[in-house]
Amino acid sequence: MDALERIDDIVKKNPVVIFMKGTPTMPQCGFSSRAAQALMECGKEFAHVNVLTDPEIMENLPKYQNWPTFPQIYINGELVGGCDITLEMYQKGDLQKAVGEAVQ
Amino acid sequence: MSMQAVIEEKLSQQIHPAHLQVINESDNHNVPPGSESHFKVVIVADSFDGKPLIARHRMINEVLAEELQNKIHALALHTYAPDEWQETGQAPDSPPCHGGGK
Repeated sequence: MDALERIDDIVKKNPVVIFMKGTPTMPQCGFSSRAAQALMECGKEFAHVNVLTDPEIMENLPKYQNWPTFPQIYINGELVGGCDITLEMYQKGDLQKAVGEAVQ
Repeated sequence: MSMQAVIEEKLSQQIHPAHLQVINESDNHNVPPGSESHFKVVIVADSFDGKPLIARHRMINEVLAEELQNKIHALALHTYAPDEWQETGQAPDSPPCHGGGK
């Protein structure tokens, strides 16, 4: 499986997934940290991929949905956006709603 | 031209913002003094009206595609249509660095 197929597989198999630098409990970047924190606040399980420990994914993820930056958050196979969008959705209550509907 | 000036010029010419702030936040991060690696953009434009955030961010990512490829390490984006900007009037703070490098 090449890197883009691996990414696609992860996105399709997990209703909520964040590709981030570090992990939700040990984030290595302020933007990844905030986005993961917002997802944790939603109170549902979500998957994470640490791009720092998977160089192949780090290199290929920007091409996957033509989105150049990290973190990237996917809900139900769709790119939600990065940190700023995730946080803005969280503040409006839209993130909790989307995550709640995706994870039964 | 500084990276800050490049970002300002490209966004001004291609998005025609009613309000634009490009802030170099590199000093908050684990990079040498005088770096131009971390930026925050606060931008208000008529063309954002009715567009979801992801579409607005894609517009900016496209304008700055070359810079985002390897010149800028982080870009915080806060995009507003004119009426949204009148309601909020200020963008949120960027997160502090966690020292992860690239």
